[in-house]
Amino acid sequence: MTGRIFTALALGLLLYCGPLQATTTLESFTFPDPEQQQHFKDLIKQLRCLVCQNQSLADSDAELAHDLRAEVYGMMKDGKSDQQVIDFLVARYGDFVLYNPPVKPSTWLIWFGPFVLLLIALWLLVRSLRRQQHVTQQAISDADRQRLEQVLRAGGHEEDPRP
Amino acid sequence: MIPELGHFALILALCLSLVLAIFPMAGSLTNTPRWVAMAKPVAWGQFTFTAIAFACLVNAFLSNDFSVAYVAQNGNSLLPTMYKISAVWGAHEGSLLLWALILGGWTVAVASLTRNLPAEVLARVLSVMGMVAIGFLSFLLFTSNPFARVFPVPAEGGDLNPLLQDPGLAIHPPMLYMGYVGMSVAFSFAIAALIGGKLDATWARWSRPWTTVAWVFLTVGITLGSWWAYNELGWGGWWFWDPVENASFMPWLAATALIHSLAVTEKRGAFKRWTVLLSLLAFSLSLLGTFLVRSGVLTSVHSFAADPARGLFILVFLCLVIGGSLTLYAWRAPDVTSGGRFSMLSRETLLLGNNLLLVVISAFVLLGTLAPLIYDAMGWGKISVGFPWFTTMFVIFTPIMVVLMGLGPLTRWKHHAPAELLRTFRVALIVSLAAGLLAALPLLHGDWSPAVGLAVLLSVWLVSSLVLSLRQRYRNPATLKALLQNPAARGNGSYFGMIIAHLGVAVFIIGVTFVTQFNIDKDVRMSPGQSIEMAGYTFRFDGVESAQGPNYRADRGRFVVSRDGKEVTRLAPEKRTYLVQRKPMTEAGIDASLLRDLYVSLGEGLGDGDWSLRLYYKPFVRWIWLGGLLIAIGGLCAALDRRYRLPVPARAGRSVPATGKTLAEEAHR
Amino acid sequence: MARYLRYLIPLLLFTLLVGLLYRGLSLDPKLVPSPLIGKPMPGFTLTRLDDPDKTISDADLKGKISLLNVWATWCTSCRAEHETLVEFARTGKVAIYGLNYKDDRADAQRWLMQLGNPYIANAFDPDGRTGIDWGVYGAPETFIMDKHGIIRHKHIGPLTGQVIASEILPLIAKLEASE
Repeated sequence: MTGRIFTALALGLLLYCGPLQATTTLESFTFPDPEQQQHFKDLIKQLRCLVCQNQSLADSDAELAHDLRAEVYGMMKDGKSDQQVIDFLVARYGDFVLYNPPVKPSTWLIWFGPFVLLLIALWLLVRSLRRQQHVTQQAISDADRQRLEQVLRAGGHEEDPRP
Repeated sequence: MIPELGHFALILALCLSLVLAIFPMAGSLTNTPRWVAMAKPVAWGQFTFTAIAFACLVNAFLSNDFSVAYVAQNGNSLLPTMYKISAVWGAHEGSLLLWALILGGWTVAVASLTRNLPAEVLARVLSVMGMVAIGFLSFLLFTSNPFARVFPVPAEGGDLNPLLQDPGLAIHPPMLYMGYVGMSVAFSFAIAALIGGKLDATWARWSRPWTTVAWVFLTVGITLGSWWAYNELGWGGWWFWDPVENASFMPWLAATALIHSLAVTEKRGAFKRWTVLLSLLAFSLSLLGTFLVRSGVLTSVHSFAADPARGLFILVFLCLVIGGSLTLYAWRAPDVTSGGRFSMLSRETLLLGNNLLLVVISAFVLLGTLAPLIYDAMGWGKISVGFPWFTTMFVIFTPIMVVLMGLGPLTRWKHHAPAELLRTFRVALIVSLAAGLLAALPLLHGDWSPAVGLAVLLSVWLVSSLVLSLRQRYRNPATLKALLQNPAARGNGSYFGMIIAHLGVAVFIIGVTFVTQFNIDKDVRMSPGQSIEMAGYTFRFDGVESAQGPNYRADRGRFVVSRDGKEVTRLAPEKRTYLVQRKPMTEAGIDASLLRDLYVSLGEGLGDGDWSLRLYYKPFVRWIWLGGLLIAIGGLCAALDRRYRLPVPARAGRSVPATGKTLAEEAHR
Repeated sequence: MARYLRYLIPLLLFTLLVGLLYRGLSLDPKLVPSPLIGKPMPGFTLTRLDDPDKTISDADLKGKISLLNVWATWCTSCRAEHETLVEFARTGKVAIYGLNYKDDRADAQRWLMQLGNPYIANAFDPDGRTGIDWGVYGAPETFIMDKHGIIRHKHIGPLTGQVIASEILPLIAKLEASE
């Protein structure tokens, strides 16, 4: 039963949160000047929609996104700072509401991970380069040495064995 | 009746896949020529039956057979014919059938088009592809039967999601799947080589054209997806770092590393183990992508209906295929000899560095995609990584790669004196830095734009490198004459493929940066007759009227765009309500041109004929897909190089060693 | 020997990945855990659903172990869990209150009349502002508070007999015992 409900919810969510639609993503909030409007846009770009979780508040068309945008707009009009708006939402929804995860020890894996990988790759590169510098030539057997001398005497001409 | 036929055909295809997976492989190991010879005909049989099954499903859609559950969910009698066909792969079960069909197609292509491949090697390759087919066909038959019937039969179908009713979306999955599945060819060649112990330049040469073609398809698929999203989604976005997009990008990165690595293995005999590993990695990432998209493990706007039971099936399949291949690698790779030596500064080093970098990028894309899952599973709380993180990381790593890309074509194999290299690039370096600086200056737009400066620097660097390379290659007028007389000569395809593809990257970088930095968007409320200025263009809104489509009703806006008083274009953005699914959908009005796009989309009617609208000015956005297209064309040139189609001269009396060891080492045993 | 171990690294990494993915199959990626657990419940004063002239506030929920169920008539899962909730209310184990979220008053009242009313009282939150204060992002959601009004648990999704038996009842027992 729960399985079916889950699937139904998932399907509903899929159709609902399907690739973004620009229906009413930006209600006609009014701003005193274009800088304020840009400020608002920048702020909501940093916040996540909790329903359509891969979209920011700027892009999502979910009802909750409408509500949260209205909330942010209201707070901005009241003169609250960006940090106050963020703190307000984080207190209620947790760090997840931040579209970019905050940089704190628990998120070092994400923020420094790629660079650690780069360093590992660099180390691998240097090590494999150094190692193959030291590959010594195998001593060839006498039979092969004889064949080699024959070939060299013949002018070094031999068919390339590889296609 | 016909759906049952399709179902039966699938069962037959599965049986044949079992035969294909077992007998030719066994035959190659036990030296049973009869079994080895089975490979080709059985491969054809498997493909034929899969194709029959696919045809049955297409028929079910075209004939509006709503007794088939899949058709009832995704089809509709009002659907235009083209979309009835593309609805076949519009959801989970049908898309899997498409996967199986394309897999069968690649299998018979390998069976029919490889020349001069020893029968046992071909047998092993086809067997491995058969094993993959077993996985997909059994997944279909046991958990995702597209031919399941539904009772009572609904009078009408649920209709294809309106977003998918678009020509771009019709062709995007097939292209993408051609790429994903094509990676299985490289994978199979690698497995066959590991089993046989022969990982030499010959193997690389066989594998290379197949891998390149698959990579071309993947490039086209991804580019199409991005272009489609921009056109269809109504707000001008073209890449979202969504898990499903990442699932297609990671194999592409690995495959790019692979085609470069194959080049080195073929030419210099170096990187053998690395190339094998990359061959395994590219297809593994394809399969991983399939898992991520269909298992419900990640939230994505693109994912098919999530089902953990199906997810488990795919996971087991992943374990068998990837785990098996990596075990084989761990067992056989140590016996592979190292190839030609090369010094610290050489083309080999640069290519190795580039490959590692591509793998690192792929790794952090995977990290970011799986991060929510990692944190949740470890109980570290809930986080998610979004667009800003991916973009930041990507923008940090790509310049390093571009620098290497510039150096590569002009660095000699094996050894290149650093001082000499510097001399070669002196001018290019200065020109690039100057161009970058110039572009970053606040001359045109009153603001320092370091991003633009960097993009210009990198693109000019790449282009200068290509110019230098061309100059060096055609320094001698005789070579130029030879080129003009016989453009399709050996080696030209690969070389010009490289030139075009690298040029594509430069074009792409410009496109992405310029559109991100210089795009203008306005959210406005307009009344009919009102005009608005943007980027020197005047947009006049002439109101919204009703319109009717084959299976939808629409509100169509009319815009007249002019510049300096002269009309430039008319735009007709729409807001459609499809008759069956009823969710509104926007069609943006776009005026496309090479240097800029003008883009309008309708928001909501606000009463009195007023509408909320979004207008965009997007400069250079087409360069993004032009870049992708160039990359694909470059790959195609390289794959079509005549050197792959020349017969391999017969070897007389020389026995190729059973292992990859050199003759000398052999003698020591 | 160490040389050969190097080649096992890809397989090792893959094994770790499989472990992670397997674990992922039993997790729900869409769940957003609440930062309000262990904190006092957000204050609110709303009109009652049954009588717009009367109000209900967080003070009404204090002094006893209480359950707040966020629901709406547009939510199909809420309909699915309603029967379970009605039965649970009959057991009298906990005081059940409702938060009618972004709904229409008349529709909600009709709904309760038709399907039964497990709630002692319902708060009417038509614009969802109180929902935002509680970190609500969908319906149904259920909060359990202790006698002092501290939120102890949040369940996302419909309540089922199994959820009540495994999550809610043990928690209530623990809260009662700790007094």
